[in-house]
Amino acid sequence: MNNHTVKAFDEELGVLSSKINEMGGIAEAMLVESIEALVKGDKARAEEVIRQDKALDALQQEIEDLAVVFIAKRQPMANDLRHVMGTVRIAGDIERIGDLFKNIGKRVRAMDAAMVGTRTLSGIQNMARMVQGQLKLVLDSFSQNRPDLAREVWLHDGEIDALHNSLFRELLTYMMEDPRAITYCAHLLFIAKNVERVGDHATNIAETVHLIETGEPLAGPRPKADDTHYTKGLKAE
Amino acid sequence: MNETATIATPPQTAEGPRPKITARNVNVHYGEKHALKDVSVDVPEKGVMAFIGPSGCGKSTFLRCINRMNDTISICRVSGDLRIDGRDIYEAGLDPVLLRARVGMVFQKPNPFPKSIYENVAYGPRLHGLGNTKAELDEIVEGALRKASLFEEVKDRLKDSGTSLSGGQQQRLCIARAIAVRPEVILMDEPCSALDPIATAKIEELIDELRSNFTIVIVTHSMQQAARVSQRTAFFHLGKLIEDGVTDQIFMNPRHELTRNYITGRFG
Ligand SMILES: Nc1ncnc2c1ncn2[C@@H]1O[C@H](COP(=O)(O)OP(=O)(O)OP(=O)(O)O)[C@@H](O)[C@H]1O
Ligand SMILES: [Mg+2]
Repeated sequence: MNNHTVKAFDEELGVLSSKINEMGGIAEAMLVESIEALVKGDKARAEEVIRQDKALDALQQEIEDLAVVFIAKRQPMANDLRHVMGTVRIAGDIERIGDLFKNIGKRVRAMDAAMVGTRTLSGIQNMARMVQGQLKLVLDSFSQNRPDLAREVWLHDGEIDALHNSLFRELLTYMMEDPRAITYCAHLLFIAKNVERVGDHATNIAETVHLIETGEPLAGPRPKADDTHYTKGLKAE
Repeated sequence: MNETATIATPPQTAEGPRPKITARNVNVHYGEKHALKDVSVDVPEKGVMAFIGPSGCGKSTFLRCINRMNDTISICRVSGDLRIDGRDIYEAGLDPVLLRARVGMVFQKPNPFPKSIYENVAYGPRLHGLGNTKAELDEIVEGALRKASLFEEVKDRLKDSGTSLSGGQQQRLCIARAIAVRPEVILMDEPCSALDPIATAKIEELIDELRSNFTIVIVTHSMQQAARVSQRTAFFHLGKLIEDGVTDQIFMNPRHELTRNYITGRFG
């Protein structure tokens, strides 16, 4: 796309984008760290994740402030306006993602490390890997202005939901088999839910990126998550 | 303009109210200069349509076609089909003076007559035999000044010269003058370009009120103003109409790249 006649316009838009990229990098690191902390029962790492959330909060605030000034000063139109508004929305989603990882960190801090059972965690690790892939892809779709990548993220969200549902069922089984594992497994349930919700935010971001780039909402058929994994009468909500 | 035997089909039917003005393949030449090229557009009734585009793209030229002001420019030739309420406004026998009573115009620079405020507004109605008695005329003048949100400011000085008013007041006086003859269409060519933000806001408020009774076409260089006051927007470029549509769509998601470059400030 052509540059603006006013150079500062492009520079200021660039600053907003680079701050999103920065937030995205922190969120990706928090994902890796929080899951590592969980798997290894590493409380120091969990503390580190909790600490990192502050940086995201600060960046989100910065982006909002910059966007307000930008709109007041430059009165952007069309794709520029969508870009600024989209940036604010994406910053909000990443900030929420940070909260979810922080929550995982807090749970790891509180969990009984002696309970760590490898089999259960591999399910969460799988899900985390999938979400990590989604997060990376959606951040790339933003930084590379690629609505096609955003659509890909949007199309694959159902897979995370399906995995979450089966994990939910698995954890319930453990809890029924061994009531002493209930506290630990409840933490894992919430952690799995958190990871799944990060996937939802990645999808939100994908929708925003698509809107920024094309002006059209993401639409069309989307493979629906398989509901049959829900335990009878219970929903993993 | 009766040469055109067949009328081209509209580029797209305007959603909403029926068109008040329909233009099909309108071309304008100033001598050798081809200033408007095959412009086809519908202006819906009772609403505001904004014309935007870079300087020299033909916005004013097109406005002047609608009330046949171009007739007064000797080197200007207009061809194509231009209708108001379905009637060809260039047909033989149509009196341009009467047309201009139906299609009022407000210019970029306020241009009150060097006469009293009262006379500025009363002149048109009197010319067209609208007010027969002094009382009737008084009523028309007061009504037009009120509609233009000027009456309260000038009611005690109606005998003062129109040129003694501030720029913003003069522009509202010109709007009062335009609406006093009860036109159906009001053409505004950059009506706020010489005004401060408060006067501009008052004119915009006025446009918003007028649109329930009039069909308004406004040329503006302010994207924000076009976005604020109009329901439809048309973008002109080098004498061509590039794109027209619902204002929100034009400013949020224009179809044409030229439009997008222009409204986002990416023009060379
Ligand atoms: N009276 C005239 N004689 C000769 N050429 C003219 C005349 N009026 C306009 N033109 C030419 O026609 C073209 C369109 O002019 P017009 O005034 O319609 O542009 P515009 O879109 O209103 O521009 P602006 O935004 O600067 O008012 C220009 O190239 C201009 O030079
Ligand atoms: Mg002009």
